[in-house]
Amino acid sequence: MTRQETTERALEGIRVLEYCDMVAGPYCGKLLADLGAEVIKVEEPPAGDRARRRGPFPNDIPHPEKSGLFLYVNTNKLGVTLNVRTATGRQIFRRLAQEVDVLIEDRPPGQMKAWGFDYEELSALNRQLIMASLTPFGQSGPYRDYRCYTLNLHHCSGHSTQFFIAKYLEPGHEPLPPGGYVGEYDGGLNTAIAIVAALFGRIAIGEGQQIDISKHETLLGLERVDVSRFADSSGASARIGMPVGGLMECKDGYVILIMPQDHQWKGLVEAMGNPEWAQREEYATELSRTQHTDEIQPRVAEWVSQFEKEELYHLAQSHNVPLAPVRSPADVFHWQQPQQRGFFAEIEHPQAGRLSYPTVSYKFSETPWRAERAAPLLGEHNEEVYCRRLSYSPQDLARLAAAGIV
Amino acid sequence: MAKKAPLEGIRVLDFTWAWAGPQASLILALLGAEVIKVESRRRLDHSRLRSLVAGPLAGPDESFIFNTLNLNKLSVTLNLSQPRAVEIAKALAQISDVVMENMRPGVMDRLGLGYEALRALKPDIVMLSSSAVGGSGPERLYTGYAPTFAAMGGLAYITGRPGGRPAPLMGAIDLRVGSTGAFAVLAALYYHQRTGKGQYIDLSSAEAVSALMGDAFMDYTMNGRVQERMGNLDQVMAPHGCYRCRAESEWVTIAVGSEEEWQSLCRVLGDQRLTEDERFADGYSRRQNQDDLDEIVGEWTAGRSAQEVMQSLQSAGVAAMPVYDGPSLAQDAQVEARGILTEVEHPAMGKKRVVGPMWRLSKTPAAIRRHGPLIGEDNDYVLGQLLGMSQEEMARLVDEQVIY
Repeated sequence: MTRQETTERALEGIRVLEYCDMVAGPYCGKLLADLGAEVIKVEEPPAGDRARRRGPFPNDIPHPEKSGLFLYVNTNKLGVTLNVRTATGRQIFRRLAQEVDVLIEDRPPGQMKAWGFDYEELSALNRQLIMASLTPFGQSGPYRDYRCYTLNLHHCSGHSTQFFIAKYLEPGHEPLPPGGYVGEYDGGLNTAIAIVAALFGRIAIGEGQQIDISKHETLLGLERVDVSRFADSSGASARIGMPVGGLMECKDGYVILIMPQDHQWKGLVEAMGNPEWAQREEYATELSRTQHTDEIQPRVAEWVSQFEKEELYHLAQSHNVPLAPVRSPADVFHWQQPQQRGFFAEIEHPQAGRLSYPTVSYKFSETPWRAERAAPLLGEHNEEVYCRRLSYSPQDLARLAAAGIV
Repeated sequence: MAKKAPLEGIRVLDFTWAWAGPQASLILALLGAEVIKVESRRRLDHSRLRSLVAGPLAGPDESFIFNTLNLNKLSVTLNLSQPRAVEIAKALAQISDVVMENMRPGVMDRLGLGYEALRALKPDIVMLSSSAVGGSGPERLYTGYAPTFAAMGGLAYITGRPGGRPAPLMGAIDLRVGSTGAFAVLAALYYHQRTGKGQYIDLSSAEAVSALMGDAFMDYTMNGRVQERMGNLDQVMAPHGCYRCRAESEWVTIAVGSEEEWQSLCRVLGDQRLTEDERFADGYSRRQNQDDLDEIVGEWTAGRSAQEVMQSLQSAGVAAMPVYDGPSLAQDAQVEARGILTEVEHPAMGKKRVVGPMWRLSKTPAAIRRHGPLIGEDNDYVLGQLLGMSQEEMARLVDEQVIY
């Protein structure tokens, strides 16, 4: 065994039951599982998590065990199937909830109660249980039951270009959201924070509790600066002008340049080879530069346009100028920095094969990340969980399967 | 009796500044940790001075940005260019559980406050260093801000209109990095709780961004394909877009993800062009003909307010939400009903509204207990009460600009 395989992990010993779909809830489970918690993911037969039916798939051929989305957000978990629409399924769910420290669920508010799984009932069986509910708008308020996909979520929570960077909005064009599922991942991360906090709470008060997380509030929290600015609308002052920099085009793509501090401007002037035009006294301070953006910006843009983005990145950074290439996922994958830090790691999956996965951005000196296992196959751990832990016999399991319960 | 906060009894010594680091310690402070922010007039936290978006601010104690990012924290002013100030910081580290910082890699070491030095004083310390691209690797000294983290990590590339330019992302990126750091610290603290062992955490902001778009990397590692900008479109869903409403600047989003939702949408719109046209007969056809579909949906929204669209579609079970600009968001009914905005009394700025805790814990709630500190506001408590310094000594250190 290598040293790494013998090290402990930060959340070892924590047992989690995850009853979630798609990105947000499963990402929360993944964050805990990746740090060593034992996460049992419950999926509804026959099709399981909807993420299994969302791509990307290898060669675009849909396959429930090969969704890149599912594979990424479900690493290091055990997977069981369970149909809680049956009485026996609900009984089994209760037994599972009795065995764990944490339950994460993302059903529409009221659904868990209808099945007899609300916090009151489950905590009566397990006083130590921490139950986290993660939904678009939380468990109360007029939007509680509203439907909300990622698109709606981003735009109604302050993450639209409409919200505060109207200056980037080309006139006549629609507001834009951030790319991908980022707001969903945010919800998962925020729930994971609350769960570890509640583990501390349990030490303090001796029992578990209920956690209500709203994705909408999570995203408002991430825009807390601008939400505060607009909430006290007097603070919503317009800038004197646009600062020099921002998104700029170079030979093979784009870079972003942000340099609020004067020493950073000096670094840029150096990097440009101290051109005559940049020596003007009015350009020496941030405020006065911003008043002359119209003059400075085209000069800098012309200089930027002569370079390739990675070349310019190293040149600018060697002069302490905060400039970065706009990297595609491929560029990031081949970038030396995360490669050398081991950010991407290969994981073997019985159906999808050996693939590189992004891992974690935090390197722990004592309890490093490791891939214990790839995402579970649908029902892969039914026997392990139902027979070995809940003591059902193999015959019981066969009957449960025949009855469509697992 | 007031309820206990979950992190009561945990003390954090906080050397972070700007946005990302302070978000990480803010989360711990809202959850009840005692966070002591170490700062100095010699090099003020730039969130006390300026904003990339709003420009320069009135003064270091009048920053709405600093206030909202540093709620519940204590401020002690130590000029770390002076050896005596470093000694005081070490004494504070000795009585803390966590140390956090987001200076350029190497700076804490040069100050004598690196992990090895602090571990020698307090063997079980948990320390987080948060930097642009991580504290190891060939580019560890490279610097950046939220928009460059988003660019380096891949998220800016996949953000924007199809075929258009990438769209810069702003401050929320820093707060995502901070949330990631807070989670890592909490996990390390939990491990400490169980084993008594501390550890060092090295966080890369660019990698923190990449982790929030893992599926896009899987597309690349599986298929060698680079995910491109999609704007408001979805790979499979249609309608899935942002539609103009009656007022010029008002928009609403509508997304339909199932046949059942499509039927509901058709019922509400009552437009035969949707129900009688082959081109919209199933999910595949709707995605193929989404431009024509969007035109019909857009005609309907154009005669209504975003609120009307939301209410009529949501009551039929269709996902429709307004696109909020800054001021309208603060007046939203859900924001109001859940009390998301909380008023905080600030000694220099008066009443300020801020976003409350992002978690509702039923038995050990997170809470806002205090405004973001004035600079040096808690010197007496931290240096006098916690370290036992006399008033005379503190006065002398102020004169010597150690406390500064």
